[in-house]
Amino acid sequence: MANTPLLKVDNVGIQFGGLKAVSGVNVELYQGELIGLIGPNGAGKTTFFNLLTGVYVPTEGQITFGGEKLNGLAPYQITRKGISRTFQNIRLFGDLSVLDNVKVAYHSLARHSILSSILRLPSHFSGEKEMEEKAIDFLKIFNLDGLKDEAAKNLPYGQQRRLEIARALAAHPKLLLLDEPAAGMNPQETKELMDLIAFIRKEFNLTILLIEHDMPLVMGVCERIYVLDHGQLIAQGSPEDIRNNPKVIEAYLGEEVS
Amino acid sequence: MEIVQQIINGISLGSIYALIALGYTMVYGIIKLINFAHGDVFMVGAFVGFYSITVMGLSFFPALLLAMIICAIFGVLIERIAYKPLRNATRIAALITAIGVSLFIEYGTIYVRGAQPEAYPAGVLPSKSFEILGVTINSQSILILGVSVALMIILQFIVHKTKTGKAMRAVSYDAEAARLMGINVDNTISATFAIGSALAGAAGVIFGIYYVKIEPLMGIIPGLKAFVAAVLGGIGIIPGAMVGGLVLGVVESLVSAVGYSLWRDGVAFVVLILILIFRPSGLFGKNIREKV
Amino acid sequence: MKEVKQKQTKGFWLSILLAVVVYIVVQVLLSSSMLNKFYENTLYFICINIILAVSLHLIIGITGQFSIGHAGFLAVGAYASAIVTMKLHLPFSVALIAGGVVAAFAGLLIGIPSLRLKGDYLAIATLGFGEIIRITLLNIDYVGGASGMQVSHMTDWTTLFVCLLITLIVIVNFTNSTHGRACISVRENEIAADAMGINTTYYKVVAFAIGSFFAGIAGGLYAHNFYIIQPTNFGFLKSFDILIFVVLGGLGSMSGAVISAILLTVISTFLQDYPETRMIIYSLVLVVMMIYRPQGLMGTKEITHFFTKKRNGIKGGKPDGKHTAA
Repeated sequence: MANTPLLKVDNVGIQFGGLKAVSGVNVELYQGELIGLIGPNGAGKTTFFNLLTGVYVPTEGQITFGGEKLNGLAPYQITRKGISRTFQNIRLFGDLSVLDNVKVAYHSLARHSILSSILRLPSHFSGEKEMEEKAIDFLKIFNLDGLKDEAAKNLPYGQQRRLEIARALAAHPKLLLLDEPAAGMNPQETKELMDLIAFIRKEFNLTILLIEHDMPLVMGVCERIYVLDHGQLIAQGSPEDIRNNPKVIEAYLGEEVS
Repeated sequence: MEIVQQIINGISLGSIYALIALGYTMVYGIIKLINFAHGDVFMVGAFVGFYSITVMGLSFFPALLLAMIICAIFGVLIERIAYKPLRNATRIAALITAIGVSLFIEYGTIYVRGAQPEAYPAGVLPSKSFEILGVTINSQSILILGVSVALMIILQFIVHKTKTGKAMRAVSYDAEAARLMGINVDNTISATFAIGSALAGAAGVIFGIYYVKIEPLMGIIPGLKAFVAAVLGGIGIIPGAMVGGLVLGVVESLVSAVGYSLWRDGVAFVVLILILIFRPSGLFGKNIREKV
Repeated sequence: MKEVKQKQTKGFWLSILLAVVVYIVVQVLLSSSMLNKFYENTLYFICINIILAVSLHLIIGITGQFSIGHAGFLAVGAYASAIVTMKLHLPFSVALIAGGVVAAFAGLLIGIPSLRLKGDYLAIATLGFGEIIRITLLNIDYVGGASGMQVSHMTDWTTLFVCLLITLIVIVNFTNSTHGRACISVRENEIAADAMGINTTYYKVVAFAIGSFFAGIAGGLYAHNFYIIQPTNFGFLKSFDILIFVVLGGLGSMSGAVISAILLTVISTFLQDYPETRMIIYSLVLVVMMIYRPQGLMGTKEITHFFTKKRNGIKGGKPDGKHTAA
C-alpha cells in the first residue's frame, strides 16, 4: 500500500434543498486497490459517484485526486484528470457503432483541430487513423471487435455492459468507478464480469471503486469495503469485518423488514 | 395616473393571457407537451362567439358558453386524433405534431372562410366609463375581469375538489402509477384538454369583445405569449399561469406606456429568455434535475 | 484500414466529379435559355433551402439541440449582407462572408446562454430569440424598419453552387470526424458524453456557430435573390419551414435533409398560387409523418448507406476482422 492516497475524500457531503443526501463521508483509495461501496437502496451510493465525477458539486468537504482538488470541476475535466465511470442504467451512445462509442472516449486525446478536419488536412487523417487503430485494439481485449460496426443499442444486455466498461477504460482512467456492473446479469455472466474486472485491473494498473448489490460478489473480490447508509459511512474494513459488523447487519436487515 | 391607467389595461390583457396560459400549463403538466395548437383553439373560440352573436343572435353569456363547449369538444378531438397516437413518441415528434396541428387549424380556417378579418359587433356588453380618482375604467373591463376570475375560481374548484381534478393531479404526477391505481388515464387527459380548451374558447370571446378585430391567424401571438406566461409562472402550476399571465399583461402595457409600443411584442420573449436562463422552473416552480 | 481510406477518397472524387457535371449541365441549360425564369427561380430556392436545411441539420440532427428559431440567423445574415452591398458598396462575396460571420456571432451570443437549457425549453428559447431578432429589425430605421430594405439582385447560379458545395463539404467533413462524433455523443446521451471527457458545452456552441454561419450565408443569397427584404420574411413560420426539412428528412440524416428540402421546395413552388392548400398539405404531411414514421424519410441513415449495404450483401459476409495495424 502506497503512503499517499490516490483519491482522498475529506468530509464530503451534498444537500438538495433541505435534504442531506450524503454527508461527512471520508474515503481514501490507494493506487491499485479494488474497493467496494455497498449500502441499502437509497443510501446515497450513486450520489457519491456523482460527487466524485462532478455531476454534482459537493456542498461540503473536499475531494482530492492525485494531489489535485476536484471540487467544482466539470465532469469532462474530471474525466480528463483520470476518473471515469459506468452508469447504473447503461448510458451508451445507442445510435453510434460499437467502435464509435470507444472512439468518443478517445476524443480528449485527439490532437487534430476542427479546422483540420473540415479542410481534411493530413493531421486529420493521421489523427483519425490513430484513434481507429487504438479503438479496434481496445475492442479486441473485450472480444467486441467482431461487433464493431453494430449500433450499440442493438447489442444484447451483457455486451452493452461490457462495452460501457470498455468505453470507460478507453478514456484512460487511473481510477475506474463501476456503478452496479453486475445488475441484471445471470451468475454465469457475473462470473465472466468478475474475471474481466480482475483482468483489466492488472492489465491497466487500475484502481477500482465498485458499487454493487450482489454481496457475495463484493465480498469475494474487494479488498476493502465502505458501507453507506442514509448518506453516511457506517462502516469500513475488510470483507470479514463488514460481514460481522452489527451496524451493517442492522442496515441491511432493516431494509428487508420494511 | 397614466401608470395606473396602463396597469388596469394590462390586467385586462393579462387576464386573457392567463386564461389561455391555463390550458398550456395543464396540458404540459399532464403529458409534457407544448400544445402549439392551443392558440388556435383560442381563435376558434373567438369565431364561434362571433358567429353565435351575429348569426344566431345570442347574447354574451350564451355565446361564451357555446364557445366554451365547442372548444372543449374541439380540444378533445385534437388530442384523440393527433396527440394520442404519440403518447410514447419522442418529445420532438410530439412538438412537431403540435406545430403541424396548429398550422392545419390556421390554414384550414382560412381555406373554409377566407383570411378576411371580422369585427365583433359593439353593444354586446354595456360599455360605460367610470372615473375613479382620475382613472377611467370601462364597465366592459370590469365584466371581463370578473368573468376571468370566476372561471379561474371554477377551475381551482374542479382541480382541487372534484374526482376528475384529483385524477388530473395524479396523472400529472405519475401517469403509470395513476393507471395502476385504477384511474382512466386516457379519459383524464381528455378531460384536461376539454377544460383547457374551454378556457381558451372563453378567452377568445372575451378578446373579441375587448379588441373587436378577429382573424384566422389571431391565435399565434397571444398563444405564444400565453405560453411565456405559463413558463413565467412555472409550467404545470395552475396559480403560476394566472400570475404569469397578469404579470406579462401589465409589463406589456407599461412598455407601451413609456413609448416603446413597437417593442411590445418583443417584451414577452425577452421575459421568456430571462426566466429560462435564470429561473427555468418559473416563479413558482421547483427545480427538478435529471437522475443520473 | 487503407482500404477504407481509399474508398473514402474514391467516394470524395466521385462526388466532386458529379458536382462539376451538375454545375456544367445547369450552366449550359441556363445560358442557352432552355430553363425558363420559373425553373431558374425554383432551382435557386432549392439551393438556398438545402443550405438552410443542412445548417439546421448540424444543430438538431447531429448535436440534438432542438432549435426552432433558425430564421433568426437567416435574417441576421440577410440584413448584414444587404448592408454590406447596399450601404457600404462592397462586393457580393464580401457581403456573403460578412453575413455568415455576423450570423455565427449571433449564434454564439444566443447559444452560450441558452444551451444550458434542454429539450422543450431550449426550443422555446430559440423561438423567442428568433422573434426578438425579427422585432429588433422591425425597430431599426437604418434597415428600413417594417417597410424593409431595398437589395439589388446579385445571386447567380455560380455563387449559389459554390456556397452550396462548400456548405455540404464542411458539414460532411465535420460530421465524419472526432468532432462530429463528439456532437453525436451529446445528442445520444449528454451525461455519458460529459463523463467520457467531451466538453459538451463547447461542442454545442460550435455546432450552433457553424450552423448559424451557413444560415447567414443562405441569408445573403436569399436577400440578393429578391429586390427587397422585410422583417416579416423571417417570422417563425420561416423557422418552421426549415425545421420541417430536417424533420421530414430524418433527424440525423444529411441526405434526408437535402432530399426533403428539394421535394418540399418543388411542391411549394408549384402550390405558390394556393398558399392555403400548401400549408394544409404541409401540416397534414407533418402530422401523419410523425404518427406513422416519426424517424422521417431516411431515419438517421445517409443515402450512401443503401449503396454500401448492397455491396456488402453481394459479398455476403460480415466484415472481416483483419486490419493492418502496422
